[in-house]
Amino acid sequence: MLLGSRLIRRLSWLAPLVALVVIAACARDFPQTTLAPKGDLARIEDGVFFETVKWATLVFVLVEGALLYAVFRFRGKPGDPEPDQIHGNTVVEVIWTVIPALILAMIAVPTVKAIFKENETPKGDALTIEVVGHQWWWEFRYPEFNLTTANELHVPVGHTISLKMGAYDVVHSFWLPQFAGKRDVFPNRETRLWFTAEEAGEYSGQCAEFCGIQHGRMAFRVVAQPPAEFDQWVGHMKLITMQPTATSAVPRDSVHTSSAGAAVQQPAAAPAPQNADSAKASTGSEDPLVAQGQKLFLMKGCVGCHSLVAYNAPKGLLGPNLANVGARSYIAAGTLKNTDENLTHWIRFPQDVKHGVLMPNLGVTQDEAKALVAFLRTHR
Amino acid sequence: MATVVGKEALVAGIPAEKTGLWSWITTVDHKRVAVLYLIGSMFFFFLGGIEALLIRIQLVRPDNNFVTPEVFNELFTMHGTTMIFLAVMPMSQIFFNYIIPLMIGARDVAFPRLNAFGVWVFLLGGLFLNASFLFGAAPDAGWFGYANLTSKQFSPGMHVDFWMLGLQILGVSSLAAAVNFFVTIINLRAPGMRLMRMPMFVWMSFITMILLLLAFPVITVALILLMFDRFFGTHFFVPTGGGDPILWQHLFWIFGHPEVYILILPAFGIISEVLPVFSRKPLFGYAAMVFSGVFIAFLGFGVWSHHMFSTGMGPIADTFFSLATMLIAIPTGVKIFNWIGTIWGGSLQLKTPMLFALGFIAMFIMGGLSGVMHASPPADLQQTDTYFVVAHFHYVLFGGSIFGLVAGAYYWWPKMFGKVLDERLGKIHFWLQLIGFNLTFFPMHFVGLHGMPRRVYTYPKGLGFDSMNQWETVGAFILAGGFAVMLYNIWKTWRTAPPAPADPWNGATLEWSIPSPPQEWNFPEIPTVTGRDPLWEAKRQRGGPLPEPQRVSGQGIHMPAPSYWPLVTAFSLPLLFTGLMLASKIGPWGIFIGVATLFFGIYNWLFEPSYTSIPGVKGKGRH
Repeated sequence: MLLGSRLIRRLSWLAPLVALVVIAACARDFPQTTLAPKGDLARIEDGVFFETVKWATLVFVLVEGALLYAVFRFRGKPGDPEPDQIHGNTVVEVIWTVIPALILAMIAVPTVKAIFKENETPKGDALTIEVVGHQWWWEFRYPEFNLTTANELHVPVGHTISLKMGAYDVVHSFWLPQFAGKRDVFPNRETRLWFTAEEAGEYSGQCAEFCGIQHGRMAFRVVAQPPAEFDQWVGHMKLITMQPTATSAVPRDSVHTSSAGAAVQQPAAAPAPQNADSAKASTGSEDPLVAQGQKLFLMKGCVGCHSLVAYNAPKGLLGPNLANVGARSYIAAGTLKNTDENLTHWIRFPQDVKHGVLMPNLGVTQDEAKALVAFLRTHR
Repeated sequence: MATVVGKEALVAGIPAEKTGLWSWITTVDHKRVAVLYLIGSMFFFFLGGIEALLIRIQLVRPDNNFVTPEVFNELFTMHGTTMIFLAVMPMSQIFFNYIIPLMIGARDVAFPRLNAFGVWVFLLGGLFLNASFLFGAAPDAGWFGYANLTSKQFSPGMHVDFWMLGLQILGVSSLAAAVNFFVTIINLRAPGMRLMRMPMFVWMSFITMILLLLAFPVITVALILLMFDRFFGTHFFVPTGGGDPILWQHLFWIFGHPEVYILILPAFGIISEVLPVFSRKPLFGYAAMVFSGVFIAFLGFGVWSHHMFSTGMGPIADTFFSLATMLIAIPTGVKIFNWIGTIWGGSLQLKTPMLFALGFIAMFIMGGLSGVMHASPPADLQQTDTYFVVAHFHYVLFGGSIFGLVAGAYYWWPKMFGKVLDERLGKIHFWLQLIGFNLTFFPMHFVGLHGMPRRVYTYPKGLGFDSMNQWETVGAFILAGGFAVMLYNIWKTWRTAPPAPADPWNGATLEWSIPSPPQEWNFPEIPTVTGRDPLWEAKRQRGGPLPEPQRVSGQGIHMPAPSYWPLVTAFSLPLLFTGLMLASKIGPWGIFIGVATLFFGIYNWLFEPSYTSIPGVKGKGRH
């Protein structure tokens, strides 16, 4: 053991070296990497991982080294005499049973510690967010603010987030590498995950459990914001469904109170009329293109699956909430950058972009799509 | 029993004529059954390899459109299913069938007709599964078929039906083989071959049979439940009806983890034969090798939930399954150290089988180490369902099982076909395979750690996955090139190489004491065994190589009679399941025909006369 620990000390420069080489380029070149954690849970996971990497590197070097040495040292020629016929050696065999056991113990201790830490319930002031996996997009709900959004999760930096997760249809897995690792989500079963974002910025995550034809394009974005900015965002999201004139007036506190009262669920049976109202309400615009888009949003049936309100939004809709779609950085669950051109293409030919997705090609013309884009751009 | 030599047998006369197609259809000879396994598994292995290459072409660049998402999902599902059930498992069957009876000094297996039944079921099951491509309904829900994606609601077509019924058929084949070899190894060993004198390959195969017997019933039950869900509207795995998708995960992995050892233990056994022979030194720590194998198999039933850390089982379950998994590293380490101990101090002959065996050790160490990494649940929360895991299990299944099986193929090819494969081509194959393999799978560790999930049909630009995926694709083609060289080697030596001697490698075990290829009855006289390396002992006693064994007339040796009832019975299974799949369209008639064939086959099998009359010879030989 002494020998082992001395060796590990001598070779321990290897692990950070490997780590450095790997990480050096990470954050910039690999935006979805697990090796550059930016959150507490991901740091725990990363710590245990590098503990295993350290020991694995040592074992790898020693054992592969012994193998290679033996191959070169004991290479024989056809005429050589028969080597000593050794059948075994009890002492050696006991040693190489015990040493791996000790190394495993060195990995097991931090592992078990981390298991219990990872399974802790976050403290009382954590912000609870509900995550629902759908084929093939993500729904995010903030019960505290009675807000719903999709595919772009906003979180305050430095505030522990407690995720309560489920699935609408099949099993998915919520994977947010830089903050939290992953947790599977199931229909009819709640799973949990928590994390605290350390740095503001935009991060990417993805579904990690095979969930059907478009599993490959079921990503999401996470926007970590300084708390003040996040509060602003919450306030803004609550108001974008109201008359534009009202936006500036409502202070955050009053929003809070109203959200507490509004926790009552909207009956899912009648989402469409409410959507329609809000669609009308949300645009006081004079722009004829936007007005045409608004009409098309109703006529083409978009409204049947998509809600345009974030606050007190109807649950159980088939499509993602579009209340702030105009401001999101990506569309189609992290698939396309949210440019006018991409949005137009997506509206016209969703089956080309994500074949098999539940949104059909609705026969929208280029002009109609432009109008719809103009209309959706007003929802920011 | 298959191999009774008694007074009746002496008068039974010469075995029946053994050439032509009919002799293959009716064969019950374990060596011919092995050749059928070889043909089938090679065919499916290349099919699975082509699927892998198509996957790699699709992933060579971001946002590629080489195949559609549906086709991609079919490709990775069929690649996994094919490689596990139709390639690696039956490749092990080649050696179980051909080598075990020879190694234990038997003339055939315990149940020759059951053996034939097993190979026919495998071949027909493999064709059934792949016939799905012809109907545009290849399985597309992954080889693990996680509920509730496999429910009728989310997988309406026949894709999942083909998968679940195909696996059910293949399970029958595996169970038949497991029973057969379990009994064969227990009952048919030559006099003097005590359990602790059995060659290590026989030991590892024996443990594999026990794993098969205990693990396959679980997947059988799980598939029946799934079948009820899909065909009869039950809700075992359907959450809207109160079922639980996690139940499927548990059932699947209680089978699925032992299955991993079913795939690797035969390879452990093969290289435990190859290393001593090419080191000219007995296996180091025989008893430790046996017991570590037993220990691995035992622990293998207590670690299944390490495939499910991300489901959130809570700290107690996570801890238990994590520690149990880490424990497996100890007996596995013992094996690796004993292999190194075997070559240590030896006189190494680096022939092709030895190169592959050494490659096995080198690659398997890496697969084992990455396995310990995700035995730790916190680390696994990042790694599971990413390409890191894809890298890990290819290092154990390809770097392990396939390297071991290829070592076995080069090692036993002369025994099986009477031709030593070409050394130079063998070495080219080895280096292409080693380089191609590492180029394909080593970058997967990093692309996984950098955030690439498994089973995605494409990935966007800008996540940094591009160049590593390109290298992987290049590696895959180099790897394929290695196997092309092997095929050429087989073809070339088949035509031009001189006949192989009985003992080309200075072997230690009984199979090298008889002509290559062996005659139908294997041993004219059943040998008596006095030690672990019987042939080396015989050579040492004699003070030099043994004389080349002569081919003898089979006069007086009675072998089991050929039968086509195993094939008829085997044929009833795909018939039955096709009937089941079409029941909603054509009514229950297909099922009736299948069941009728099944009973017809079994009835005739059971009441087939247990003796054969041989023209011109009076008397009857029992078998």
